[in-house]
Amino acid sequence: MRRSVFIAGLAATLLLGMGALGVSQKNFVASAQQKSETTEVKIDNFTFGPAALTVPVGATVTWTNKDDIPHTVVSTDDPKAFKSKVLDTDEKFSFTFSKAGTYPYFCSIHPKMTGKVIVQ
Amino acid sequence: MAGKVKDEILHDHNHDGIDRRGFLKCMAWAGTGAFCVIQGGVLKSYSLSRLPELGAKEAMGELSFVQISDSHMGFNKPANPDVAGTLKTAVDKINGLSVSPEFMLHTGDISHLSKPEEFDTVDQILKSAKPKDVFYVPGEHDVLNDDGKQFLERYGKGSKGGGWYSFDKKGVHFVGLVNVMNLKAGGLGTLGHDQLEWLEDDVKHLKPSTPIVVFAHIPLWSVYPEWGWGTEDSAQALAYLKKFGSVTVLNGHIHQTMQKVEGNVTFHTAASTAFPQPAPGKADSPGPMKVPAEQLKSVLGITDVNHVQGQHALAVVDSSLA
Repeated sequence: MRRSVFIAGLAATLLLGMGALGVSQKNFVASAQQKSETTEVKIDNFTFGPAALTVPVGATVTWTNKDDIPHTVVSTDDPKAFKSKVLDTDEKFSFTFSKAGTYPYFCSIHPKMTGKVIVQ
Repeated sequence: MAGKVKDEILHDHNHDGIDRRGFLKCMAWAGTGAFCVIQGGVLKSYSLSRLPELGAKEAMGELSFVQISDSHMGFNKPANPDVAGTLKTAVDKINGLSVSPEFMLHTGDISHLSKPEEFDTVDQILKSAKPKDVFYVPGEHDVLNDDGKQFLERYGKGSKGGGWYSFDKKGVHFVGLVNVMNLKAGGLGTLGHDQLEWLEDDVKHLKPSTPIVVFAHIPLWSVYPEWGWGTEDSAQALAYLKKFGSVTVLNGHIHQTMQKVEGNVTFHTAASTAFPQPAPGKADSPGPMKVPAEQLKSVLGITDVNHVQGQHALAVVDSSLA
């Protein structure tokens, strides 16, 4: 009788322990996913940095203009996948990529500035 | 240039009393405030300080106008937190010219962010300039957010398509071109098929002796493609102007004066009234160049242009705001 109680108790503890472990594992995975869902592109010195950015499907990319001159972020696809308004210094533009693919873009004011987002 | 060059005509290709060496020498003088006029087929230069001594007709020829550019109203960072102030200084400079120019050309980037209040402020400041007529072409900063709709409403009356047009003054034919719309990724300035067709038709029936002045924002020659300082299809435009004995191309965009003579075509870019930019390749990027406050006015400027009836090349003189 005691032995079965002991085993039951052990099993219960193990289950609880595993349950707790399971929960914390889920938390860990969730926070890791949150980190890669928002990604930054810094605009400075007439350059998009990084020029090529790879993100998972569903990620939101935020461009921040740190240059002392305004820039825009405009998709080169037809029809345009996204198009920001003009961004002065410290202004931001965000876009969420819900479909996989390669999205080239440029600054419509300074067309030599180009970049791309690879969504996979 | 080695040693002192005698001021004699060596090769008078265009039969107008000036050879390339003489003209280029004169253009170099222009940067230090010299004034060159072609009179009676002979190139003469005077320093700007002597201008008051000269008779008006002798000094100014028959048509005089001013080019200003890149006022960037709304810009407020180093090296210039007060672009309205420096534009006012430019207007004072224009009003101080010994013979008042008949009109002004603004070669674009009137505003910095295409905001209505920025355009309003420039209009207000230019009202105090003696020349009352101003002809505009847009810069890329003037057509943000709305594909140029606001620019065309304000300044595009009588223009075609994206805002191109032409007009005549005292026998000189002026053509305003737009090369800042529909820019393609990785590309330079662009004129586009419709505008080129219009240009071909516009100059088709003009006599080859008609002096032509073309003004557009981005340079129509390849100044520095790495920084977007050029126009992809300008060669086609220049081909339509090949027959003319005198073509002067006035541009802005690069915020520094630069000139180039190619056959019958003189290319010239103006300084900005707002802020300077670095010389090609002399910085990481073509952004605003920071200079000490006391030097700012010396790197901003206006351009005075004169044409003497019957002579080919126009006299183009830059002066700083200092």
